[in-house]
Amino acid sequence: MSSAAILAVDGLSVSFPGLRDERTEVLDGVSFDVRRPETVALVGESGSGKSVTALTIMGLLPETARIDGGRISADAKLAMIFQSPRASLNPLVKAGDQIARVVRLRAGESAKRARAEAVELMEAVGIDDPERRYHAYPHQLSGGMAQRVMIAMALAVRPELLIADEPTTALDVTIQKQIFELLGDLQSRYAMSMLLITHDLAVVAETSDRVVVLYQGRVVESGPAREIFERPQHAYTQRLVGSILRADKRVPLTTVEEPV
Amino acid sequence: MSEPIVNVEDLCKTFHSHGTDVRAVDGVSFAVDPGETLALVGESGSGKSTTARCMVRLTDPTSGRILFRGQDIAALSRRRLRALRRDIQMVFQDPHASLNPSMTVRQTLREPLNLHGGEGAVTEARLRELMERVHLDPNLLSRRPDQLSGGQKQRVGIARAVATRPAFVVLDEPTSALDMSLRVSLLSLLAELQRELGMAYLFITHDLSTVRQLADRVIVMHRGRVVESGAVDAVLDSPSEAYTKALIASIPVPDPSRRQRPQAATA
Repeated sequence: MSSAAILAVDGLSVSFPGLRDERTEVLDGVSFDVRRPETVALVGESGSGKSVTALTIMGLLPETARIDGGRISADAKLAMIFQSPRASLNPLVKAGDQIARVVRLRAGESAKRARAEAVELMEAVGIDDPERRYHAYPHQLSGGMAQRVMIAMALAVRPELLIADEPTTALDVTIQKQIFELLGDLQSRYAMSMLLITHDLAVVAETSDRVVVLYQGRVVESGPAREIFERPQHAYTQRLVGSILRADKRVPLTTVEEPV
Repeated sequence: MSEPIVNVEDLCKTFHSHGTDVRAVDGVSFAVDPGETLALVGESGSGKSTTARCMVRLTDPTSGRILFRGQDIAALSRRRLRALRRDIQMVFQDPHASLNPSMTVRQTLREPLNLHGGEGAVTEARLRELMERVHLDPNLLSRRPDQLSGGQKQRVGIARAVATRPAFVVLDEPTSALDMSLRVSLLSLLAELQRELGMAYLFITHDLSTVRQLADRVIVMHRGRVVESGAVDAVLDSPSEAYTKALIASIPVPDPSRRQRPQAATA
């Protein structure tokens, strides 16, 4: 573990039950680290293992999963936000109370002080009129607002590393921009590192210092974002970078064959 | 100028929910020319998908007209509508949900041809040719959807839509459920099929980067109304409405050297 790393994943292998008696290897010797303070993007497409990596780090793997090898060293408090904010919140508990519960778990505060801190956190994540919104239930929140509540819950832990698993995939692009602006502000304010899990290279370009590319459970390439975009080495990374479409540029649509 | 193939006139769709009326589509008008790709762009709640569903009568409009070659789709009986299905087709967003899981690809592709194919029996040769048209191995005809990848399934969905040589195809977010690396090849396929078969597309999407690649013209919708429309390059390069400007400004730029707020990188 290098001196500045606050999270080091070293040779992580994870498997799930497969068909018959065999096990399906989902992660195969995954290694990377996150330093302080930076944003690392864990990039991959469906089935690459990027979400399983995050769940393993957070200790949230389902019981059927097995860690076959490797180690994870974290020298920091971690928190995580998820792709579907409304589905990740408890539908029966007021938004503010969900944040206050995390505050109490962290600090053992009195209910009154936890409530006051929850309101402060709601304000910090840009929720207007937090006193009133405190009493809103998740179904009364828009997707963007629900993700802000999730972020406030994460901040309640006072994390040094935030793991964000596709935090804006379910949101409209104008809301996505607001959420990433908020995360950027919070990172500078609280000196927080971020591990961003995403399939969207455009988002990576706008947010991340370094990139780790996962493909079929293995890290195929990693490095500074600019190098990955400008000089991708591995064939898969080249294909990913080559598939980027830009709204400000027309590219010739010629490749018709389905890549295998 | 040729006559438009589709004319939408003052289309409205109101949903009733918990005692209130929601105007999902609120007075939308546009025309689609033969052989062109018209993109209908908007965020969630803009009314773009409801408009698309009205176009193929998966939902009935509250008011307004949808003229296909002069015939009002919104007012047709089921029987008359069925005759039009040959010419008006749709590709759905989620290929996993829009193919019948118990049917083989062969059965899926036979269906539109049996219903609308007209002349002669549906031969194996015709099905194989259809597969090749969407760049799928004809040997996949015997497979069921769960034996296909997501990209292959969407190609089957496209083959089903173009099987009857329609004149107008509604593409409802055809690439948004697919991995990024499959997007380009699927858009290329759609462009190629249009060149070969000459059909018009109504391309529903929230993704302006795919609009730039595939569409000729674009309509921007917001809260059930059209806020701006025009040639793709004109609208995307110099939008005139505040909402369009905000939408374009929100798109992440995939270029790390242009990152706006560089953070202190570790040494």
